Amino acid sequence: MLRDITLGQFFPGTSLLHRLDPRAKLVSVVLFVASLFISKSFWGYGLCILFLAWCIRISGISPKMILKSLKPLVIILCFTGILNMFYTPGEVLARFWIFKITREGIYTAAYMILRIVLLIAATSMLTYTTSPIALTDAIERLLNPLKKIHVPVHEFAMMMTIALRFIPTLIEETDKIMSAQKARGADFETGGIIDKAKALVPILVPLFVSAFRRADELATAMECRLYHGGEGRTRLNTLVMTGRDYAALGFMGVFCLLVIYAERLVSILL
Amino acid sequence: MPEILSVQHISHIYSAGTPFERAAIKDISLSLQEGEFVGLIGHTGSGKSTLVQHLNGLLKPTSGRVLVDGQDIHASKEATRAARFKVGLVFQYPEYQLFEETVYKDIAFGPRNMKLDEAEIDRRVRAAAAQVGLSEDLLEVSPFDLSGGQKRRVAIAGVFAMEPRLLVLDEPMAGLDPVGREEIIRCIVNYRETTGATILFVTHSMEDAARIADRLIVLNQGEVLMEGTPGEVFARSEELLQAGLDIPTVTRLFMTLKSRGLPLSDAVYTVEQAMDEILRLKEGR
Ligand SMILES: Nc1ncnc2c1ncn2[C@@H]1O[C@H](COP(=O)(O)OP(=O)(O)O)[C@@H](O)[C@H]1O
Ligand SMILES: [Mg+2]
Repeated sequence: MLRDITLGQFFPGTSLLHRLDPRAKLVSVVLFVASLFISKSFWGYGLCILFLAWCIRISGISPKMILKSLKPLVIILCFTGILNMFYTPGEVLARFWIFKITREGIYTAAYMILRIVLLIAATSMLTYTTSPIALTDAIERLLNPLKKIHVPVHEFAMMMTIALRFIPTLIEETDKIMSAQKARGADFETGGIIDKAKALVPILVPLFVSAFRRADELATAMECRLYHGGEGRTRLNTLVMTGRDYAALGFMGVFCLLVIYAERLVSILL
Repeated sequence: MPEILSVQHISHIYSAGTPFERAAIKDISLSLQEGEFVGLIGHTGSGKSTLVQHLNGLLKPTSGRVLVDGQDIHASKEATRAARFKVGLVFQYPEYQLFEETVYKDIAFGPRNMKLDEAEIDRRVRAAAAQVGLSEDLLEVSPFDLSGGQKRRVAIAGVFAMEPRLLVLDEPMAGLDPVGREEIIRCIVNYRETTGATILFVTHSMEDAARIADRLIVLNQGEVLMEGTPGEVFARSEELLQAGLDIPTVTRLFMTLKSRGLPLSDAVYTVEQAMDEILRLKEGR
């Protein structure tokens, strides 16, 4: 049940997207999202959809997984859509009781929904094709200049790496503890809200005990290997930007300009 | 002997419909008679834990049925709940599920969920503590202050206190020293003698299995490879070795002796049998 969470999950593979440098991918996604927010035309969004579809295709990840990542957001999407539809002033198309639907409202709603869907799909593509470790590496490297002004970039990156490393472990552990307590007749489904909160105690206590034990063991293991922070530390896998990565970034730059100026381009061409 | 558990053609696929899809067990059928003491053996990853979690309805088979006392445990919510209490399951490393302030309260968790009255809960907690060899004065200490082996026994007592008629233990001896292992075996034997319950215990140690079980079921890659008395199973040692499974050291020794041409029996798996067999050979000469 807990295992069905897909957001932030990584699917190993060998496609072009998998092989790109994580820094290039991260910057690309930031550019993509920025252009989504700047763009005001459906033409631009059309381009984005086409590009994303192409990315999904070459990544070899089933489109079903992308849809799955959108599932938790269905409620937010509906909410955004409905609010925008009713509360945008403009030309009234239909009216009932105190509500009215406007043409502008429908447009804004469609925009908003499309924007959120594209945003989630793009970031999912990033996390589906990049291992969490590579991603934190990329973040650390990109934020490196901040070390000059004494921001503890390495420490943050290390904390993130460790946290990411332990998420699956803790999920698995929670699953096991829940099963073990269910085997002793624990009931997590029936009863009122107080019963349900009480039913969490037999899960949370063992979970915290084990999390602290693991943290302790990890700290000891790190100290035994003389870990002393980021100073002078070398890496097993150094990130290297290749021509392919620069090409991808260049392509993304052009693509963003296209998306942002799509409306104007179309009007010139037509 | 009436049949207490019947597993009919169950399969289980984890993460069905994702790239991580994996069939953990495939078309497994088995049946347990009342009062039997059965060992389930197999490699790590052969699906033992997956299989035992089907027996009390924690996992639902992708296909197939599980019957306890002839009743399908997934027929209704009540049937599933009833199965939880008839089939007691001790997980691997059960000490990680302890959570109460005192040992007493932790052992009482199961009986309390069964909605028994206080007097009955008290009787069961004390009986279970005695079966696992915990002294009365330990009942009021925090389970987190006990040694590893003691914690394990407290956790096992937590299931004993529910007085299941079928007791299933998933690698109850894992990670313990020889003394701890002996203690756990004694607990299981005690429980069986006082309640007459049916026992299914999972292990990847052939030695333990051979020593205490009446019947063995061997799993390999999610399927039943062999089934029978320890004698029958270890007579097929060659096959076990081929499947990458371990065999008791004595059996291995006897295989080597036989290959050197000594007329020895196939089905030797304990030191006592080995001694008898060697004496027989000596006197026969
Ligand atoms: N919760 C789970 N999700 C996905 N795969 C699992 C899960 N539990 C076990 N498996 C897989 O199923 C197979 C059988 O595992 P398991 O039943 O734990 O074997 P055993 O107890 O014999 O070591 C293993 O390959 C394991 O990786
Ligand atoms: Mg197991």
